[in-house]
Amino acid sequence: MGRTLAEKVWDQHVVRHGEGQEPDLLYIDLHLVHEVTSPQAFDGLRMAGRPVRRPDLTVATEDHNVPTIDIDKPIADETSATQVSTLRRNVEEFGVRLYPMGDLNQGIVHMIGPELGLTQPGTTVVCGDSHTSTHGAFGALAFGIGTSEVEHVLATQTLPLRPFKTMAIEIDGALRPGVTSKDVILAVIAQIGTGGGAGYVLEYRGEAVRAMSMEARMTMCNMSIEAGGRAGMIAPDETTFDYLHDRPHAPQGAEWETALDAWRQLRTDDDAEFDTVVHIDASTLTPFVTWGTNPGQGVPLGDEVPDPEQIADEDKAASARKALAYMDLTPGTKLRDIAVDTVFLGSCTNARIEDLRAAADVMRGNHVADSVRMLVVPGSMKVKAQAEQEGLDAVFTEAGAEWRSAGCSMCLGMNPDQLEPGQRCASTSNRNFEGRQGKGGRTHLVSPLVAAATAVRGTLSSPEDLTPSVLTIA
Amino acid sequence: MEKFSTHTGIGTPLRVSNVDTDQIIPAVYLKRVSRTGFEDGLFASWRADPSFILNVEPFDRGSVLVAGSDFGTGSSREHAVWALMDYGFRVVISSRFGEIFKGNSSKAGLLAATVEHSDVELLWKKIESRPGMELTVDLGAKTITAEDLVVRFEVDDYTRWRLMEGLDDIGLTLRHADDIDAYETTRPSHKPTTV
Ligand code: SF4
Repeated sequence: MGRTLAEKVWDQHVVRHGEGQEPDLLYIDLHLVHEVTSPQAFDGLRMAGRPVRRPDLTVATEDHNVPTIDIDKPIADETSATQVSTLRRNVEEFGVRLYPMGDLNQGIVHMIGPELGLTQPGTTVVCGDSHTSTHGAFGALAFGIGTSEVEHVLATQTLPLRPFKTMAIEIDGALRPGVTSKDVILAVIAQIGTGGGAGYVLEYRGEAVRAMSMEARMTMCNMSIEAGGRAGMIAPDETTFDYLHDRPHAPQGAEWETALDAWRQLRTDDDAEFDTVVHIDASTLTPFVTWGTNPGQGVPLGDEVPDPEQIADEDKAASARKALAYMDLTPGTKLRDIAVDTVFLGSCTNARIEDLRAAADVMRGNHVADSVRMLVVPGSMKVKAQAEQEGLDAVFTEAGAEWRSAGCSMCLGMNPDQLEPGQRCASTSNRNFEGRQGKGGRTHLVSPLVAAATAVRGTLSSPEDLTPSVLTIA
Repeated sequence: MEKFSTHTGIGTPLRVSNVDTDQIIPAVYLKRVSRTGFEDGLFASWRADPSFILNVEPFDRGSVLVAGSDFGTGSSREHAVWALMDYGFRVVISSRFGEIFKGNSSKAGLLAATVEHSDVELLWKKIESRPGMELTVDLGAKTITAEDLVVRFEVDDYTRWRLMEGLDDIGLTLRHADDIDAYETTRPSHKPTTV
């Protein structure tokens, strides 16, 4: 029988098949490191007197703790500053390359791997961060790991791994204008649930996926984790190869041709079988937003806040009740009537150049509503530079938004960019958990287009709600 | 990881059951960036009480903790094991352990020895009859000896083997270093490097 994409990549990385209860040992091609989950791992190496086995397959950046303004000044928060300085000491001691704050290549760890051309088809990629699934957009098997495993990979460049099941997410038909891959993945999660992908590697397939840019594919793979999946993957194709060509760490010259030959084999065989198959009709989708406190609690923007009493499943009803209380929402309220005070355009989900361009097209000639503060935080310094070259920064600042430097920023309450208790935010990030963006803060997950339109109108909106409608440009 | 065959040290009785990892080390002590130095977080809220066992001579110098049932339940924080070891414990004895805690212990080299609850009671009485008494824990024989009292304990064979060989997960993988070396020679040259 044929093999799926995920199984093929797995097979190519088995160093040793486990005996009996022992798991297989897999080789890791790329290890991404950041300041939060690495200190104890480096300390463990130090205590055991072990080196980093392959510094040349390891790369570090600073993202979770970094401020996004005044980046030339010392970090004010003491714990954050310590985590950053500890990382700097560790990479120095162990010989790992670091892209520190202020570097032209610094950015969110899941942004810089692809940008540098390090994330390549058929590789295994790990990082002490759950959204490592992002890299699966290139046909890599990529997943998040814990601190002990970070140490394990640093020391051995391998990881003992339990086998996974495979799930095909077939996205048929074409997306309508104004509907993005963020809307697709939110719809997928609403359909299969936040635990729906548990134990699976998800492979996104179908006409709509083939038509997507790499940026859009990364957004989808990024949120595989919110569907409970261990990883998300998309078979590489010409779009992938075009993206990678001439990137700093992509194969060059004759190596490029060899690589292409290998990469073209990386697709699920026609006679391979998935453990589960899910179908989504792309042509019926509209912009999707969340109303609750987990990423599965989402509905089309045109809908109303659901009534927990109408939810048959008692667990789901209870969690909806709790979510609505936290979100301070009443069942039956039209989502378009929900006013926000903050809009966050950023994170490893939606802060790539294409996301900023799409949002800027909506903002151009418009102004952020008086009641709204909008933060635009490019995911990497590369994206920032590119956007500035295209004049996007001016579009945002002239519209009244704040233009920042790269980092995780308001995606999580670990750096200075946080919501105040009770504030409500339309956010292009990936988690709407209670307090995720700051204690007591309320999050609606949205696409960059919805974020931009919402900033202008002050209530959850899509570009077609603006006058004159800017839908066509999307 | 150090090889573990036998260990002899002062027994410390902790007459409390259901000690969850939040009690072993509260969240505020997790911010540290090193893997060592967690000893001050160990049982932090209880240590404010001067009569708490770790504030009592000679139990404060113990290395074998004899605890009530369901030790180490709750959050998966690896720091709970680190805190016990940083303080100086090499063995924890209980009639039942939290699953994740037990797994984390075996990774770090702390022996979680499971004994009958009636034996925990006997050990408590014995230790308290002569504070400072040393217990000898023999991993090969799976016995705990306190003067004339000998108690059997359980530990799964895989963990026991790993502890006796001094193998952490990394140590185990490094036993297959030849396989890793061999695999590396087969990696295609177009694979990326970060340098
Ligand atoms: S942007 Fe958010 S989700 Fe992405 S790595 Fe940073 S904190 Fe994690």
